[in-house]
Amino acid sequence: MNISNQEYGELAKKLSPPSAMYKTIPLAFVIGGGICTLGELLLNVYQMLGLDMEKSGMLTSMTLIFLSALFTGLKLYDRIAQHAGAGTLVPITGFANSVVSPALDFKSEGFVLGLGAKMFVIAGPVIVYGISASIIYGVIYYCMTTFGG
Amino acid sequence: MQDMILEYVWAFLVGGALCAVGQVLIDLTKLTPARILTSYVVAGVILGAVGLYEPLVNFAGGGATVPLTGFGYLLSKGVREAVDQNGLIGAFMGGFTNAAVGISAAIFFGLIAALIFKSGSKINET
Repeated sequence: MNISNQEYGELAKKLSPPSAMYKTIPLAFVIGGGICTLGELLLNVYQMLGLDMEKSGMLTSMTLIFLSALFTGLKLYDRIAQHAGAGTLVPITGFANSVVSPALDFKSEGFVLGLGAKMFVIAGPVIVYGISASIIYGVIYYCMTTFGG
Repeated sequence: MQDMILEYVWAFLVGGALCAVGQVLIDLTKLTPARILTSYVVAGVILGAVGLYEPLVNFAGGGATVPLTGFGYLLSKGVREAVDQNGLIGAFMGGFTNAAVGISAAIFFGLIAALIFKSGSKINET
C-alpha cells in the first residue's frame, strides 16, 4: 500500500480507538478538583491560624509546591499524572512538577547546565509569556488610568 | 456549616472544570503540556486584566487560585497594584512581585528534591 504520511495519519486516527475521552476527562476533573479542594482546605487552615488572606494564599502555594516536589522526587507524581492528565498538569503542582522533574532527570548532565538549566525547560516559557503579558497589561492599564477617563 | 461544605464543593467543581478543559485541549488538539501551562497563565493574565477572574476567585477560592490561570490572575493583580503605586515602572515590577513566592518555592524545593532524590526513569520502572 502506497500512502503519504498525511493519509497514514488520517487512517491511523480513524482506526485507533477514540482516545477514551469518557475516561480521561472525568479523571482530570476529579483529580484536578481534588488538588484544588486541598488548596482550599490549606487556605482555610492557614487563615484559622491567624494569617491574612494574602499570606495564607502564598503559604498554600508554597505547601502545594513542596508536596509536588516531594511526590515528584518519590516518583509518585508522574505515576498519578499518567491517569490524571491535565488534572495534575493544570494546578500549580503541575507547574512545580515541570520544574522538579527535568531537574532530577538532567542532574547527571551536571549541576549547572544539567539540573540548573533544564529546570526551566517548561517553567521558562511559562514565565516568559506570563510576565510579558502582565507587562503589556500594565502599560495598557497605565495609559487607561493616566490618559483615559 | 453548610456554607463551609459548599465552599469546598465549589472549589472542587471549578478547579475540576478548569482541569477538564485542559484535558479536552490535550485530547483534541496537539497542544503539549508546556503549551497548555503557558496558555493557562496568559489566559489568567487576560481574564484578570478584564476583571473576569476576580469574581471567580471570590466564588471558588482554591478552585480558581490553584490552577495556573490563578497564577496568571495573580500576575495581573500585582501589575495593577504596582502601577497604582509607582506609575509606568510598576508594569515592570508587579508581575514578579506577585509571582515571587510561587517561582522561588518551585526553584528552591525543586533544587532540594533534585539533590536528595535519585534520578532515573520515572515511568515503567517498577
